[in-house]
Amino acid sequence: MKSGTKFIAHADLAAWLNELAALHRVVAPRAEGASVVYRDLDPEKPLELFRKPTESAKHVLFPRSEELFSFAYKKPAFGIGKAGAKNDEQPTEPPKLEVTPPADPVPTIIFGMPGCDAGGVTTFDPIYNGRRFPDVYYLKKRDATILIARACNDVLSTCFCTWVGGSPANRKDADILATQLPEGWLLEPLTERAGAVMGSALLKDGAESQAEAAEELHAAAEKAIGRVPDLKGSDDALLALFDDADFWWEQSAGCIACGGCTYLCPTCHCFAITDETAGMAGVRLRSWDTCMAALYTLEASGHNPRTQKAARLRNRVGHKFSYFIRNNEGTISCCGCGRCIKSCPSSVDIRRIVLDALAKASKGKEAANG
Amino acid sequence: MTIQTELQDAVRAVLPDVDAVLGWGPGPDPLRSAPLLIRKPEDADRFAAGPLSVNNLAVFLPEYKGRKMGIVVKGCDSRSVVQLITEKLVRREDVVIIGYPCEGVVDVAKIAAKLGENLEPGMVEGCAVEGGNVRVTVKGRSTDMLFTEVMANKCAICRYPNAVLRDAFVGAERAGVAHDEFADLAEFEKLSLEERFAFWEREMSRCIRCYACRNACPLCVCRDHCVATSRDPHWLPQADGTRDKLFFQMIHAMHLSGRCTGCGECSRACPVNIPVGLFKRAQLRAAETLFAYRAGTDPEQTPPLQTFKMEEPTIKEREW
Repeated sequence: MKSGTKFIAHADLAAWLNELAALHRVVAPRAEGASVVYRDLDPEKPLELFRKPTESAKHVLFPRSEELFSFAYKKPAFGIGKAGAKNDEQPTEPPKLEVTPPADPVPTIIFGMPGCDAGGVTTFDPIYNGRRFPDVYYLKKRDATILIARACNDVLSTCFCTWVGGSPANRKDADILATQLPEGWLLEPLTERAGAVMGSALLKDGAESQAEAAEELHAAAEKAIGRVPDLKGSDDALLALFDDADFWWEQSAGCIACGGCTYLCPTCHCFAITDETAGMAGVRLRSWDTCMAALYTLEASGHNPRTQKAARLRNRVGHKFSYFIRNNEGTISCCGCGRCIKSCPSSVDIRRIVLDALAKASKGKEAANG
Repeated sequence: MTIQTELQDAVRAVLPDVDAVLGWGPGPDPLRSAPLLIRKPEDADRFAAGPLSVNNLAVFLPEYKGRKMGIVVKGCDSRSVVQLITEKLVRREDVVIIGYPCEGVVDVAKIAAKLGENLEPGMVEGCAVEGGNVRVTVKGRSTDMLFTEVMANKCAICRYPNAVLRDAFVGAERAGVAHDEFADLAEFEKLSLEERFAFWEREMSRCIRCYACRNACPLCVCRDHCVATSRDPHWLPQADGTRDKLFFQMIHAMHLSGRCTGCGECSRACPVNIPVGLFKRAQLRAAETLFAYRAGTDPEQTPPLQTFKMEEPTIKEREW
């Protein structure tokens, strides 16, 4: 147990979050019908801290559609608009472009995200903090955000965080790990940033007595995920199958090629940019894009190198379990949350695809070795 | 022989004549099946049709243009196949249709609502449907539910439980219900216009623009050329506003006027459970009451918005 660990009774949780909300935007999961979504804290509406959020929390740091700036063309005054000018006078200068950047993000706390969602954020960080092109939009939000992950006491049949280096009690990626116990929550600070939100009088010392109970829950959840297959070599296996049209036809036959998997995914990070203009003014938007869509690879010439959904599914799986690994020092760009399986209208199972690829590759090797 | 083994035999019987047969197989958890591509006789061993066969496989047929495919259909799915043939999007001679008497499929969201506090479908360890009972096991405890209570809405008003068009049929035909009174719409329309708009604003605020509703629709055939994502022309804003998202739903529903067969896949596919099928139900009712047209029931009929009559028999303009 980390030093500085505190305990908060269930009855005090709402009061603590309301305290935090005075200085922060607090985002937490809430049930809406059969779905669980991240919403800004509303003292009137209860949180959902048992069922897994349907969506990931990535939209807090990487909004579905984000204004990069607004712009307006301002015409210089001329003709009848200018004092003392003749009616037929023509403008002598082109319209002036005025660009306004968006307001800076407010300090934010994401409370109650499962560990996998925090893992997703860690996958985002190196991408948007590139050496050549640090992304100010993401980084400003990231710097202003504190992640309070909750340990998963229950895991789902689609959960596989342990396969990809994660854990139901994720101490690697969040600022605070919160464990739900019968009497209240155990709050473990994991980074220096945690200190900023753990000073409340509602948080009690003497959490040591609860630490053992928390550890038991963590171990039980990890065990519940079950056998952890070795995914080593998935990068080579998927590359070896790149041109195996038959394999990808079978794997993608049930896919309807929507973008649900990528948009619910905590690690998918692609975007498109559009200008939304009305008259002389508009905004430049960055909105989520998905490799499952045709437009994603449509080239300016009109040529599209990925016309089949099989090639698009291959890219989704290949990027996470092969290409990204090779470009990012062995990191798998999947945090094992299982949402792409759980919410897929066609029950496409990314675990199955990776395991099938590995099995096929090892069979190929055996055959080659005679 | 059970209907299952008979169906597997029927699938194997058509395999020599087709590239593959579309059916259902085991899914990633006990509450879900997955579409199954059957190419070899042994693939059919994994085929199963029943209360978990929710996917409408007709959505895949237009992908296989120029190839001959087999497909196993529920009654509702068969209407999608018929409508695709009616609209000349699939050629009758390119598809071999295998039907069976469908007894309805489950709605996982309804099962979820009955699981109890803090439980969810992903925790389900087992599901057995027998007779009219669904036994769901979670954390070692079993809960019994009436099938009729966890059945998809469309099944309670199903007029066509048997394939309306087929090349083979396994089992004895079942009777469908006589009428669809559109009671769901009547219930919704008790709300004032302001309340309805507030409802949709709330629901659409969850939309993540994944377009699963569109891609699950067998009759949404623009596919890679959808107005929603076209950049040139740039028809729809890419903003995240609820009205922007509702805008697409309106376009989707209007384009399905007189074409939608009510398979309900748009609602089922939605990962955030937005009842977008309600828009299409309104279109279905309009097609029935205005044009006495029921899409996907007869490949020879002409969709009402693809033809013109000087006077529609059901629209009495002169009496206005």
